[in-house]
Amino acid sequence: MKPAPFAYHDPRTVDETLALLATHGDDAKVLAGGQSLVPMLALRLARPSVVIDVNRVAGLDGVRQNGTALSVGALVRQRALERWAAERVPLLTAALRHVGHAAIRTRGTVAGSIVHADPASELPALLMCLDGAVVARSRRGARTLAAAEFFQGPMTTALAADELVTETRWTLPPAHAGWGFHEMARRHGDFALVGVAAVIALQRGAVAEARVAVFGAAATPVRARDAERALVGRAATEAAIAEAAGLAVAGVETVADIHAPASYRASVARTLTARALTDAVARAKDAA
Amino acid sequence: MGAKYFGAAVRRREDPRFLRGEGRFVDDVVLPGLLHAAFLRSPHAHARIRSIDASRARTLPGVAGVFTHADLARWLKPLPVFGAPPPGLAAAIRFDLRQPPQLALCKDVARHVGEIVAMVVADSRARAEDAAEAIEVEWEPLAAVGDMVPAAEAGAPRIYPEWSSNVAVAFTHGIGDAERALATADVVLEETFRIQRYVGMPLETRGVVAQWDRRDGTLTTWNSTQVSHFVQQGLVTALELPPHKIRVIAPDLGGGFGTKASGYPEDVLVPLAARALNRPVKWIEDRREHMMSAAHARHQTHTIRLGARRDGTIVGLVDRIWLDLGAYNVWGIVLPYNTVAHLIGPYRIRDMKVDVKGVVTNKTPNAPYRGAGRPETVFAMDRAVDCLARRLGMDPATIRRKNYIRADELPWDFGMPYRDGNPLVYDSGDFPAALEAALDAAGYDAFRAEQTALRARGVWRGIGISGYVEGTAIGPFEGVHIKLDLAGRVHVATGAVNSGQGHETAFAQVAADTLGVPLDWVTVIGGDTAAVPFGIGTFASRSGVTAGNSIVDAAGQVRAKLIAAAATLLEAAPADVEIEDGKAFVRGAPSSAVDLGKVVQASIPTFARPGVATPDFEASAYHHVPTVTYASAVHVAQVDVDPGTGYVKLLKYVVAHDCGTVINPMIVEGQVHGGVAQGVGGALFEEMAYDTEGQLLTGTLMDYLMPSATDLPRIDTVHLEYPSPRNPLGMKGLGEGGAISPPAAIANAIDDALAPLGVRVTETPASPARVLALIERARA
Amino acid sequence: MTSRTIRLSVNGTTHTVTVEPRRTLADVLREDLSLTGTHVGCEHGVCGACTVLWDGAPVRSCLLFAIQLDGAALTTVEGLADGEQLHPIQEAFWATHGLQCGFCTPGILLTAKALLDENPSPDEAEIREAIGGNLCRCTGYHFIVEAIATAARKRTSS
Repeated sequence: MKPAPFAYHDPRTVDETLALLATHGDDAKVLAGGQSLVPMLALRLARPSVVIDVNRVAGLDGVRQNGTALSVGALVRQRALERWAAERVPLLTAALRHVGHAAIRTRGTVAGSIVHADPASELPALLMCLDGAVVARSRRGARTLAAAEFFQGPMTTALAADELVTETRWTLPPAHAGWGFHEMARRHGDFALVGVAAVIALQRGAVAEARVAVFGAAATPVRARDAERALVGRAATEAAIAEAAGLAVAGVETVADIHAPASYRASVARTLTARALTDAVARAKDAA
Repeated sequence: MGAKYFGAAVRRREDPRFLRGEGRFVDDVVLPGLLHAAFLRSPHAHARIRSIDASRARTLPGVAGVFTHADLARWLKPLPVFGAPPPGLAAAIRFDLRQPPQLALCKDVARHVGEIVAMVVADSRARAEDAAEAIEVEWEPLAAVGDMVPAAEAGAPRIYPEWSSNVAVAFTHGIGDAERALATADVVLEETFRIQRYVGMPLETRGVVAQWDRRDGTLTTWNSTQVSHFVQQGLVTALELPPHKIRVIAPDLGGGFGTKASGYPEDVLVPLAARALNRPVKWIEDRREHMMSAAHARHQTHTIRLGARRDGTIVGLVDRIWLDLGAYNVWGIVLPYNTVAHLIGPYRIRDMKVDVKGVVTNKTPNAPYRGAGRPETVFAMDRAVDCLARRLGMDPATIRRKNYIRADELPWDFGMPYRDGNPLVYDSGDFPAALEAALDAAGYDAFRAEQTALRARGVWRGIGISGYVEGTAIGPFEGVHIKLDLAGRVHVATGAVNSGQGHETAFAQVAADTLGVPLDWVTVIGGDTAAVPFGIGTFASRSGVTAGNSIVDAAGQVRAKLIAAAATLLEAAPADVEIEDGKAFVRGAPSSAVDLGKVVQASIPTFARPGVATPDFEASAYHHVPTVTYASAVHVAQVDVDPGTGYVKLLKYVVAHDCGTVINPMIVEGQVHGGVAQGVGGALFEEMAYDTEGQLLTGTLMDYLMPSATDLPRIDTVHLEYPSPRNPLGMKGLGEGGAISPPAAIANAIDDALAPLGVRVTETPASPARVLALIERARA
Repeated sequence: MTSRTIRLSVNGTTHTVTVEPRRTLADVLREDLSLTGTHVGCEHGVCGACTVLWDGAPVRSCLLFAIQLDGAALTTVEGLADGEQLHPIQEAFWATHGLQCGFCTPGILLTAKALLDENPSPDEAEIREAIGGNLCRCTGYHFIVEAIATAARKRTSS
């Protein structure tokens, strides 16, 4: 399984990269972590004539937190964010520990997973959950794409062929919020059959803020807004959680593959939503 | 023979090179001028080749040759097939058997995804793949035969139009009168069990390196195969060379499991290319190729009727069995008959009837893989027994206690032949003792006591039992050649092939004990046809018994020669000479000891005198095993089932097994662990999935899920020892046993965990989706 | 495809190789540097047999193009032993039968080394998770886990 031939570039600056993308666009693939791209090249499922290795591009490797605003440079490795977030944003670490294995996360980048947009992966859903955005630059300018508009379908995003993601931005939950994360995969580290990330903030016993993102179930990660709306303003009881969980994939067409039929994903999405919400509420109560 | 090493857990002699990364696997074989092969394989399950145009491919940079059937037709004879019924079996049972010819390169029709259409040889693998893509094939897709059960019916579209159906092997057989037994039973359990297509999937794929020497017309080929002598025989036919001109060397193998014990097109194609181009050629199978062209396995459906009296005594069974052979019937009666021979297992049943059909379909061919029909048949039987127990309100342990053949009932004659044509008679063992040992180690009673309380707390935990009796170490022989060097060091060559079982250590232990030399004086090599002229290879849990006993025979002969020579040297009677620790001495006179090297050297003639004996210190042996010898075990699995997701977590796994006498207990335990892990894979994770049109859906290791370290618990092994009466060492085979019972034990444990819901697992893998569907259906 | 000349430090020795862009690090280690201890099991990053250490962290060498590693410092299995003296992790695997066919072993040894360098006293769950990305088809992992635990114990007691 050897890749088809390609021309290789390793630019040192964002500008150089953008120039290459402007020239080669559709014929080029950006190589960052390579954990998703290189298998596709090996299987000849992707046959770009040009590979642009961005690993030596300066200025893309910082993690910066300013209050609840988190900026993660495009070259930040999954393992690095996993470590950074362990005490600061445990939800991110909990999710990242399910991304492949240590060797994958040593090279895989946070941005790369998001741009690859596999509907069964964790980071796109986390980005949706935390109202995140993707900053994309091209020679035509820069733009910020909110997570909700970024993911368009399986492996399909709003990113243009000449654009480079330079950072991802995340809105961190308030300090007193609780989080929950549950994933159903065949084996630890595999792509999820279904997974759920949830954040709950309580105020005087009632749900002030609810965020639920479901991955693996549909063609893109899903922000379960119906479920969230069913909780806001209510006491966080078991019944309320169950009702919200029932809406986890309301109106969403779940997918089928060799591992599970569509009905399985719908059913388990609801079950894991209930579990993630239960954990989030418990943690929110602890934090109070 | 001294027993200094036999039974000792010595650490393995082969380990240092593997630990250092200095093993020599087939891809580590490097030759000057090496070219690389890649294959163009059919993307269709069933299609006619209208035309092949390789003209552009031939002009691409680095390409040394492109070969289609037309280019090599002269040399392409049908590939070897196996599994004709031996005389003793053919006399007892009428087999309808058809083994359609397979050519190494498709001539007109491709019959499975992955079948080879063309071979490209270039200066790098990458450029060979580039050129393979440039070959243009005009395909005419044909109707594909998918599901084996409808495919077996008359009137189904046929893969081989000249046949009357897709059934390539069929037979019925019975002992006693099963229909009458079922008619008079109080209860008859009927169920259909489906065992999926799953495979050996060694971590090292296949590979062949071939070197043709035009000077003397010899071919040397390194092949990651478990059966060097079979490969040699296939090359004799294909290349039209005498055997001594063909040397097949099995290098270090990164796992075999039976997948590398079959005959393959590449075994022949790579040497043909090397000869045609007069350059050495290497082909290393990539994982995608492996998934579609290395032998598949398992894939059986059993519709079983099991009858019992109300007190739980099993009275008889009838089993209809379908086996999906894939596009060719490479292995004849082996898998179907193995399945039948192992169906009853440890149970006291004298009335059985089977109706077996092996069906060709447009899939990769099926070949024996660790267990070879036994895991499938044990699944059907042990699942049926558990379902029966549930119907009768009996604990699964109780029904087994009632029905297991007792030790005092052995030898137990089934009244039917084994696959080798000899009578199927259980020779030794104690199945109830294994049952008690496994239950005890698993804490069965304590678990039962707390199970209800666990369920009340929302913990759906279950325990499941499965046992097997396994015919091991099939004959007819294994070849061994032993010789000494000038220093008295020992070279043991066997036809057995090591693929991780520790032959270099275990066989050295046997040789060292027989000869009376230190362990590190012995070097063991295997799988080199130049070192042993006649051999069979390693599969069917045979090498410990067959090679082990041949080593004892050959080493005994060498020892006798040494004693004769030493006696002359020491001026004593041979009956008074001992050999121990590499020295020969007169019994009772330790100061007479002389190093064996000196004995060898003293036997070599000099100008002054002839030697004290002729310096012939070598011997060959081909120990004939009369028939298989029976190993057995009981497995107990404990699982947690998540009722919200269907996820099954394996918590505990216990094996209580008898493999007769043991050379190296550490190696034995490792084999049990590895077999169990593959069985767990079959129970919960692995499946080679096809769609109804014969398209292979499982393309990468992201789809084919092998258990990882987080999917398995520690495996507790309890050793029982009932020496075999069928070979002087008292050994039984053990390589496969671990893989036989896990699917049954785990499925039984899942049913047990979900007992209040009345769930019945009837197919594997018991994936979360399947288990949740069963739960939701039961709750509806 | 234009080849490029790169310098790679492997086990402390610097090598200069000229590589086509599409050649993986695994293939270049094996073919150009004759370091065949790194094994290729799948070429799509799943089995872990090709694992090497880059600046001490485990990476899949089948998912890296050698051309990307100019100036990199790598450890392969050949770098574990000190001449005749096996590394303590290798000794532990030998003593506890932590290998059978040996094909997954180099990747597992290096992954174990990276684990113990970061977490000297892992419990069984941590060991299993750390090697969760290294498939072994022979051992069922039982003795591998025991070997790593043994190596950890010896290390902390020395």
